[in-house]
Amino acid sequence: MSAIEGIARTNYAYLDEQTKRMIRRAILKAIAIPGYQVPFASREMPMPYGWGTGGVQVTAAIIGPQDRLKVIDQGADDTTNAVSIRAFFEKVAQVTVTTHTREATIIQTRHRIPEAPLGEGQVLVYQVPIPEPLRFLEPRETETRMMHALEEYGLMHVKLYEDIARNGHIATTYAYPVQVAGRYVMDPSPIPKFDNPKMDRSPALQLFGAGREKRIYAVPPFTEVKSLDFEDHPFTIQHFDKPCALCGSTHSYLDEVVLDDRGGRMFVCSDTDFCEERREAGHVGELGVPA
Amino acid sequence: MPKTAKATYYGAFADAVLDAQAAFRGLMDAMARPGRIHRFAELASPPAPLSPAQGTIALTLFDQDTPVHLTPALAASAVASWLSFQTGAPLTADRLQGRFALVEKGVAFPALSGFALGTQDYPDRSTTLIVELEALAGGPERCIAGPGIDGEATMAPIGLPEAFPALWAENGAQFPRGVDLILTAGDACLCLPRTTRLLG
Repeated sequence: MSAIEGIARTNYAYLDEQTKRMIRRAILKAIAIPGYQVPFASREMPMPYGWGTGGVQVTAAIIGPQDRLKVIDQGADDTTNAVSIRAFFEKVAQVTVTTHTREATIIQTRHRIPEAPLGEGQVLVYQVPIPEPLRFLEPRETETRMMHALEEYGLMHVKLYEDIARNGHIATTYAYPVQVAGRYVMDPSPIPKFDNPKMDRSPALQLFGAGREKRIYAVPPFTEVKSLDFEDHPFTIQHFDKPCALCGSTHSYLDEVVLDDRGGRMFVCSDTDFCEERREAGHVGELGVPA
Repeated sequence: MPKTAKATYYGAFADAVLDAQAAFRGLMDAMARPGRIHRFAELASPPAPLSPAQGTIALTLFDQDTPVHLTPALAASAVASWLSFQTGAPLTADRLQGRFALVEKGVAFPALSGFALGTQDYPDRSTTLIVELEALAGGPERCIAGPGIDGEATMAPIGLPEAFPALWAENGAQFPRGVDLILTAGDACLCLPRTTRLLG
């Protein structure tokens, strides 16, 4: 190693130690108050806001050389955001990376929860754009903070009610608001509501980082996460008419892929690792080829 | 060199970065799974009466941004200068100012309501108490429940006062306000975030 390389090196996992301590303290308080958004002094990262700077900072504060990191973007391991964040941590944290959900100790995610059930030793780190579930209903931070303090979530129920009044059903399909441990209403980040039930009593620790909005929040393992609904309009998840065209799965979240300009389209698993594992196990969909 | 001065400059992590990371991961998992005992592998060796686990947590979380409250005995011991030198954390006699509070083994269990409980709109601005006990296992079994616990779990620390269930219930009743508790013994810790309930 040349002298220049020695000088130019950043600290382990990119962030300086004082920043990591600040984030670590915020994470501990977030775990102690499930669903409450802890303010933190978000740093500039070598990527723009909106690319997952919150999730990256949370991951950087917890990751160690013994970890195996998986990064997904909309369920896929091979999209730009996932590839670049994975490469970033390979470089700055000398960490082993994987695309297999079961092998990972830390999974950083943008907008999906993996289909494979998560286990006790795993940490799921969400990239969050707008952490405040009430923000589009009330733009003032002072007001939304007061609403959380007083547990005053009537406005959110009015919003869901208006959905029903206009559309006959709750039309919110992603970033569907949840109540954590019976207290704080929380934005689960823009995951499809299909994934909401996976958050409930998950054995994995779930951490949420919002870089631009400077908030960290958490759901500890085995914690109740309830999607808001009404007795006569209970929460339901999306269902798909067709199975995955590649692996034939009927119980996973599917993406629509346009095939041509004559209306041709296919539906495939959004979780690429899940789909690959199924195809390796011999499952074939109508457009798939046997592995 | 006088003995007290020497104690001040030694006892930090062998690897400041990776040891702090490993210690934090253990502590995070312990906070996420209340009642579960975590034994630290990489330990600080602070001067007595601070325990290795307490010293490890101090090096992992304390810095110039976190005022720390010490009991009178700790404040008068070599621990005060060790903490100042190793972490840069300002020491405060005011319980309400302490982001953290350290309590050594064998003194009266602190009155939890005397510390910062946070506010209703910023409940995170509360003190985390790090209290050394005789042992974390082998005492009277207590059932606990709450976030992080699958159904119910048990813990059996030795050294909690008889009035602890009442103190802890009072702390929990103020949710989302309240202090968080890290119990330590020797090289191990056990966390009780404010959400953990003592059953029976």
